[in-house]
Formats: sequence, structure tokens, C-alpha cells
Amino acid sequence: MMNWDPFRELEALRQEIDRAFEQAGLGVLPRWRTAFLPGRAARRYPLVNLHDDGTNLYVEALTPGVDPGKFDVTVHGTTLTIAGEKPDLGNVPPERIHRSERAAGRFVRTIDLPAEVDADKVTAQYKNGLLLLTLPRAEAARPRRIAIETS
Amino acid sequence: MAERTVPVPTTTDEPSREPTRAEESYVAPPVDIYETEHGLVVHADLPGVDPSAIDVRVDRGILTIQGKASHIAPGEPIYREYELSGFFRQFQLPEEIDANRISAELKNGVLTLQLPRAEKAQPRRIEVRTS
Repeated sequence: MMNWDPFRELEALRQEIDRAFEQAGLGVLPRWRTAFLPGRAARRYPLVNLHDDGTNLYVEALTPGVDPGKFDVTVHGTTLTIAGEKPDLGNVPPERIHRSERAAGRFVRTIDLPAEVDADKVTAQYKNGLLLLTLPRAEAARPRRIAIETS
Repeated sequence: MAERTVPVPTTTDEPSREPTRAEESYVAPPVDIYETEHGLVVHADLPGVDPSAIDVRVDRGILTIQGKASHIAPGEPIYREYELSGFFRQFQLPEEIDANRISAELKNGVLTLQLPRAEKAQPRRIEVRTS
């Protein structure tokens, strides 16, 4: 026989609101979005910045606290997938945790690149918690300057 | 640990003028705090902060964590989901932490602070002189 449990209802409501705020998070100004919360929202972390200098595409991903050897980065055509795992605190008993604001867990993010890249020449660097991928544009995808003939 | 933000002291004998530099923006980094038998451990996510740009200090029982973060991607931005500027957070240290033995390590963009508990003061018996 199920009793109506107000605390379970409140917990369900709280989770709904948390989810709604997760969604709203990406509509907020970039300056306030510095979160890396794998395990809280699937497939939306890490946050990435995409740069281009004509020769290479650069993807900078916000991934603090990940062991650089545990990244799983794959490039296929114009699709880049960044996956990995952020370790949690280990076996700390819950009653000894004062604050737990960082998240931990697996993350998978698939990004559509704006141009074809040469998958064999992609390099990656992990510095200060940021993952920087240098993806050279494929020869055919390099921007070419077109000379205008005047007659 | 209780969170505590201490206003920066300003000198009052300078004539006030509008700063020409725009205010820097700071974000509070997320932290995990838990206790072990030796004391407290704090992990703070500080992505993009170089070890030379981090500042951790304790002053009168207030622990301050500050860092300036910078991006590392070259080229022109096409699509940006996040911006890094600076991190700032302060905590009130509980009484039992020994501020002189705090150690810090910055690895993979995560700052780990070890805050050891002070040795408990030994109970002392006080001799009473009688004259």
C-alpha cells in the first residue's frame, strides 16, 4: 500500500527543477558557464570552444581533473568525439563529505566540425585541465584565394 | 568550512576616482571538501590556471583561493561555449586547522589543498604558588 510521501514528491520536484536549470545553463552568457559536470548531463560535457586559423581547426575542451591518458578522442570524417572519465573522490564515506560541488563520471561529446580534417595529423595537448586538439584541415578543405581576372 | 567573502580594504585618504580599468570578472570555482583523520582536504576545479597564476593565501583565518585563467587555443574563434577569466573563493578556516602546515598541489587543472588539524593542546596542570 503506497502512502503519499511528501518528501519523495519534493525530491522529485527538486530533480525536475535541477533538470530544467541544466537545460537553461546553455542559454546563459558564456562567462558564467565554466562548469564541467560529467555524470550530471549526458553528452553535453565537456564544453568546447572552436577556433580556426585557415590551416587548422582548434578545439579547446574544458576538462579539469581528468587523467590525460584516459581520454578517448576519435575523428571520423567531420565528426569529433571526445570521451573519458573524471574520477570521483574514491572511498570517502558520505558523512565525511562537507561539500560536493564538482561532479564526476563518464562523459561523451560528439561535435560536428565545419570542415574535413586530416585524421592522421590530429594532435592533442592537455594543459592546466584544458584539452587542446589541433586538427589540420584536409587539403581539399583549405580555404583558397580565387584570383579575379580582369579583361 | 563556512564560505566567507572579505571585502578588499581600500585606503580612505585617496580621492575617489572612477577606475579606468573595467572590473575583472570572477567566478567561484566548484569545490569538494571532505575530512580525513588528518584534517580537511579541498579539491577545487581551476581549469586554465597556470601554476604561475595561482594565489592561495591564509590571512587571519580566511583562506583565499585566486587564479587567473587563460585560454590556450590559437586562431579565430568560430564557436565558443565557455569563457575563462578568473577564479576567486574564500573560506573561513575552522579553529582546529593549523594554518602553517597547509599544503597545496595543482595538477590537471585541479587544486588540492591539505588542511591538517593542529595537534591538540596537551592539558597542563598549573602549579599554584602559595606564599
